[in-house]
Amino acid sequence: MYRYDQFDHKLVTERVNQFRGQVSRRMSGEMTEDEFKPLRLMNGVYLQLHAYMLRVAVPYGTLSSVQMHKLADIATKYDKGYGHFTTRQNLQYNWPALEDLPKILDELAEVEMHAIQTSGNCIRNVTADQYAGAAADEIDDPRIWSEIIRQWSTFHPEFTFLPRKFKFAVTGCSNDRAAIRVHDIGIELVRGKDGDVAFDIHVGGGQGRTPMIAKLIGEAISREDLLAYLEATLRVYNMSGRRDHLYKSRIKILVHDIGAEEMKRLVEEEFALVKKQGVLQLPQEEVDRIRAYFAAPDFETLDAECPELDAAMASNKRFAAWVNTNTAQHKQAGYTIANISLKPIGGVAGDASDAQMHVVADVAEKYSFSEIRVTHEQNLVLAHVKKSDLLALWETLEANGMGTPNLGLITDQIVCPGLDYCALANARSIPIGQEITERFADLDRQHNIGELKLKISGCINACGHHHVGHIGILGVDKKGTEYYQVTLGGSADEITSVGKIVGRAFTEHEIVDAIETIVEVYLDLRESPDERFLDAYRRVGIAPFKEKLYADN
Amino acid sequence: MAQHSNKLAKIQAVTANRLLDGHVVYFTAEGQWSDWVDDVVLADGKEEADALLAKALPSVETRHIVDPYLFEVDQEDGKMVPKSVREKIRMAGPTIRLDLGKQAAVRS
Ligand code: HEM
Ligand code: SF4
Repeated sequence: MYRYDQFDHKLVTERVNQFRGQVSRRMSGEMTEDEFKPLRLMNGVYLQLHAYMLRVAVPYGTLSSVQMHKLADIATKYDKGYGHFTTRQNLQYNWPALEDLPKILDELAEVEMHAIQTSGNCIRNVTADQYAGAAADEIDDPRIWSEIIRQWSTFHPEFTFLPRKFKFAVTGCSNDRAAIRVHDIGIELVRGKDGDVAFDIHVGGGQGRTPMIAKLIGEAISREDLLAYLEATLRVYNMSGRRDHLYKSRIKILVHDIGAEEMKRLVEEEFALVKKQGVLQLPQEEVDRIRAYFAAPDFETLDAECPELDAAMASNKRFAAWVNTNTAQHKQAGYTIANISLKPIGGVAGDASDAQMHVVADVAEKYSFSEIRVTHEQNLVLAHVKKSDLLALWETLEANGMGTPNLGLITDQIVCPGLDYCALANARSIPIGQEITERFADLDRQHNIGELKLKISGCINACGHHHVGHIGILGVDKKGTEYYQVTLGGSADEITSVGKIVGRAFTEHEIVDAIETIVEVYLDLRESPDERFLDAYRRVGIAPFKEKLYADN
Repeated sequence: MAQHSNKLAKIQAVTANRLLDGHVVYFTAEGQWSDWVDDVVLADGKEEADALLAKALPSVETRHIVDPYLFEVDQEDGKMVPKSVREKIRMAGPTIRLDLGKQAAVRS
């Protein structure tokens, strides 16, 4: 795993001390709320409905067992015994007191964690494919490149005060598991002409009020040019923002307004300048230095086949279902990637109790080289588990409410905090998600429905990715009452699409039935069980769903 | 956006979050801040409401609270009931964790 170098240590320590001073000046009255608010936001502290919220960064979603234990301890000591894993691969605490925040940040720093780059108009925590370093289909480990981007961008003088926040995502292969096309810059690792790793740079994606799909601007950019190309892209954005205030918003608006061609031209122009200066050339030695942090663990030489596993699957239906849905192919024979679902039926998507966090830390230590990943779909991953250990792992998870075999199914939802916590919300998200999981609790039914990504946001900020849900649900407010608008056909993978609104919004009491109707329409019209919801939708369009949903009006 | 103040509101009260822990508080007749919505002082009509909010504002200076604002209240059986879902949730706690927030604490 990546270890802090001295420079990082100093930075984080200084930052915590600075924040301690700011909190104490705020409490003593030397600082007003208006002065304090931007400072607390820079340190990941929000004010929600019931309390403060602290957002802890998990760079490219990788955590060690020691870090996970620490997150659990903080939840016990300073919060209410749980944390919330988010789509930004962060962890949020919902109840910390202001005066405890510096202490929490101190404790985080002990395990090389922090809350920097989790809010504010800066380059945010870089997110990456959760199967990094393990996936059979990856070209290279995306974390290496995420880390290089993180080092280059953190506290970069030009990028501390961007017009708006800025999000990067990196995926290691053409199967996009990091939703790169809905990020400000999404990077896909590809093979360059010489067979080396190169980078496709997608620019201008995003969700929120105006969802946009990123455009491919840079194709197969070489290793040594990567940072120069990114710098050029950010400069174009930054300068356009400053020049006329017109683009004082997200890069997606800029790309949309001037078009991909013009954006490409501007970036290439700037790129030529940055390149001439030469300082941003990324040397192979630097890449090697970072790569060493992500060196593959000491895999054993094993057979690809594992008769014990086959036998266990044959005798335990639920375990077999879990292996089928929640594991993915590993590049190393005899190993597999195990997904830990944080979506139990009736549970709060992404929430984990302190006890569960300790359990995950322990099983990671025992079965997966002490390493844990957080996914943007609000689940956890143990990336390197021996097939022969899967049963023991699953039994522990199952005993602790984390063995649900539902990855990628209708009950594996992305759900934002919504009006139960969030000060910006229009409507609640979590209880709608819970009711849907209860309606579809039957595993055979879920498996029969197959892959179906349902995503819920409590307002148009789209933290719950509803725009790119196969089924998306958006909470809206009509005169103090909650309503839910449904979109269909969104997707955040290699063929990204933004969902279409199906019709008038539903009440809290209608929404779950409406979802069930949509699913029934799909089951009726699919050509075969292999035709996924999204494929069927793309074939038939929105009309059949609309007809059935609004048949009575 | 969230349902903050509503200009046509009849009966309103003032709420805020406490600086130290961020918890929800309500402005009382004594000019204090209470954890409980039943302690709110009511304002009838826009003028009274504006005056009430003005009276609450110094608490920002004294670092007691942040972000005070008006919200609409009904009275049912002598109980104060905020009109919007948002304020009902602020008053009680997350609807999906009845063990947390004010709803979990018994008023002493
Ligand atoms: C509860 C406190 C939260 C607040 C106040 C908040 C606020 C916001 C706001 C204002 C935006 C829109 C920004 C824009 O369009 O420029 C946003 C976007 C976003 N939030 Fe949150 N959020 C919260 C929680 C979360 C959580 C829990 C997650 C993860 C589950 C999340 C993930 C995201 C994502 C992925 C976006 C990006 C949408 C985009 O691409 O524009 N947020 N958030
Ligand atoms: S989508 Fe809206 S309601 Fe949900 S967390 Fe984001 S800001 Fe809050």
